[in-house]
Amino acid sequence: MKYIDEYREAKAVMQFASAITRITTRAWTLMEVCGGQTHAIVKFGIDELLPPQITLLHGPGCPVCVTPVELIDKAVDIAGLPGVIFTSFGDMLRVPGTHGDLLTAKSRGGDVRIVYSPLDALTVAQNNPDKQVVFFAVGFETTSPANAMAVYQAQQRGIHNFSILVSHVLVPPAIEAILSTPDTQVQGFLAAGHVCAVVGYEEYYPLAAKYNVPFVVTGFEPLDIMQGVYLLIKQLEEGRAEVENQYVRCVRREGNIPAQQLVRNIFEIVPRKWRGIGEIAHSGLGLRDAYADFDAEKRFGLTDYTADESPDCLSGLVLQGKCKPHDCPAFGKACTPEHPLGATMVSTEGACAAYYRYRRQEVQHG
Amino acid sequence: MGDFELTCPVSPAPATVQMAHGSGGTAMHTLLETVFWPAFANPLLGQQHDGAAFTLNGARMAFTTDSFVVRPLFFPGGDIGALAVNGTVNDLAMCGARPLYLSAAFILEEGLPLETLKSVVESMRVAAAAAGVHIVTGDTKVVDKGKGDGLYITTAGVGVIEHDRVIAPSAVCIGDAIILSGDIGRHGMAVMAVREGLAFESPITSDCAPLVNPVQALLHQNIALHCLRDLTRGGLASGLVEIATTAKIRLHVHEDAIPVHEDVRGACELLGLDPMYVANEGCFIAFVAASDAERALKTLGAQARQIGNVMSAHQHGQVTLRSAIGVTRIIEMLNGEQLPRIC
Repeated sequence: MKYIDEYREAKAVMQFASAITRITTRAWTLMEVCGGQTHAIVKFGIDELLPPQITLLHGPGCPVCVTPVELIDKAVDIAGLPGVIFTSFGDMLRVPGTHGDLLTAKSRGGDVRIVYSPLDALTVAQNNPDKQVVFFAVGFETTSPANAMAVYQAQQRGIHNFSILVSHVLVPPAIEAILSTPDTQVQGFLAAGHVCAVVGYEEYYPLAAKYNVPFVVTGFEPLDIMQGVYLLIKQLEEGRAEVENQYVRCVRREGNIPAQQLVRNIFEIVPRKWRGIGEIAHSGLGLRDAYADFDAEKRFGLTDYTADESPDCLSGLVLQGKCKPHDCPAFGKACTPEHPLGATMVSTEGACAAYYRYRRQEVQHG
Repeated sequence: MGDFELTCPVSPAPATVQMAHGSGGTAMHTLLETVFWPAFANPLLGQQHDGAAFTLNGARMAFTTDSFVVRPLFFPGGDIGALAVNGTVNDLAMCGARPLYLSAAFILEEGLPLETLKSVVESMRVAAAAAGVHIVTGDTKVVDKGKGDGLYITTAGVGVIEHDRVIAPSAVCIGDAIILSGDIGRHGMAVMAVREGLAFESPITSDCAPLVNPVQALLHQNIALHCLRDLTRGGLASGLVEIATTAKIRLHVHEDAIPVHEDVRGACELLGLDPMYVANEGCFIAFVAASDAERALKTLGAQARQIGNVMSAHQHGQVTLRSAIGVTRIIEMLNGEQLPRIC
């Protein structure tokens, strides 16, 4: 398949593997931020092609994983209301809240539907004027333009039975939170290519300078990731801490400016709680006052949600790169994709689910 | 960032039926193991095959049943009628049987256009003729509007086993070649594309087809055939894991050797799905003695591939896959439903 096979070509991948081995003289710890990259690394076994001195830690870039429990609970409650059609991307449906997930809400009679775009949810609203249609607007910078567009169009077209339950999070504040913890092990970042396709990579220059850590904007195919690791190791070995772009076929330094303008018009930066990590200042997006009518939390009067949490799950440490999935005592035992304790076990992009799916036996047999 | 909250809530095991219980993966197997198998326990059910094979007055027979609840009722390459015939025919074929007679039970929703019913029935007639079976008995029930997706069909079938070989997971041998009859993932993506209104340049067509002839051809060629499995729900991955688990063996397959149609690959990439787990309705895997692999491939035609081998005995059963870039990883059964991902 064009534009895919070229980046999965074994010979080219192996050439980069050799080159990385050649230039690596000491131990380095890198973090890939995006869950899509984590999935590709584990699925294709990319980490097994790297020299043993290189450790890849899996970052907090899985939107499904970091959506706070309270918000899942709100989604489940809204989905259970009569006269509501609750729409969502597919992988949010299995994320456990306090009283089950959205699939459970569906099995109790809630009208829960998978959509592929928030604009599809808007069409559902238009076709069901007697119903309240809610879209679960989760994700990083990547999904924010489409969600902003849905709200913008809802207002332009006067579709008032549409609202969004917002849980947007932003990557750079999460990276800074990881870098600012005293015991951080991360020495370089593979920055998430698709996030940068929207917002560019200007924001990484001050982070690289302040923390003396290199960033390489990286794509999602095996060859992309190998190139990203190569560029990162080369910088580290040469003592540089710069921002480079491996994913030039998709990403420009300034990003997608019309998309950014739309997002700024609809959303404002707010503090946001991250599941497993806690609240991070300026790390999320919320609807601006001018669009408050489309805020599902306000429309359905959902306030004062707190979630009871159990201490059995280490997904917070996994999300910060402080431990690997199989370091958690619950991994593969109390916690499986069928009965996940934490969201990192739910999404295919979650590190625990990726390890369970591709590495379980290896872990069981030591 | 303050103190980290290193906790997540415990999700209770669902006490109600979930959609995942019907998706052919681990949830369905849990249901079989905890509800159905203990209640109905008997040696024939214990074969854990696509159908039950038994001897009746000296004749070896196979018996199976299947229900069909597909939405939409019509999709490129087939419809619920063709599926209902081929699904049961193929389960019998996987027992090494020649299918003979089918029953067909219809649950019709009030308000279903008779034209729709007639098209489905006509499609069943054509599929039955193609597979060489007769639909000899049936039943019809009607439910209130809103209580069914237009039309559900249940078929059951009997076939005759005209040889004395054992074709079952228990007959698989170390060293056997694993032969895949054709490209994977077409049925699942064809249905999903129509259901979700996804438009591709050329529509993906279901592979819905009877598998009687290719299986009979393998038998007639006297190929040392040890096990067959059609790759319906849960796809190739689940079929391989089921056999590995039942037979307690390790299977090793090569990603490069598994054919996936270009447009199916594209659709899967787009939705974040893995074609290894996508449903098929017209392809199967055959475990044959390695010395017969070439002849089996020749018999099945140009689309068939040897995708791997049976490597060794294994305590729990295991499937490993050598990826296109040369790294080996484990293949698991489908967990829950495959859900399209966010970005």
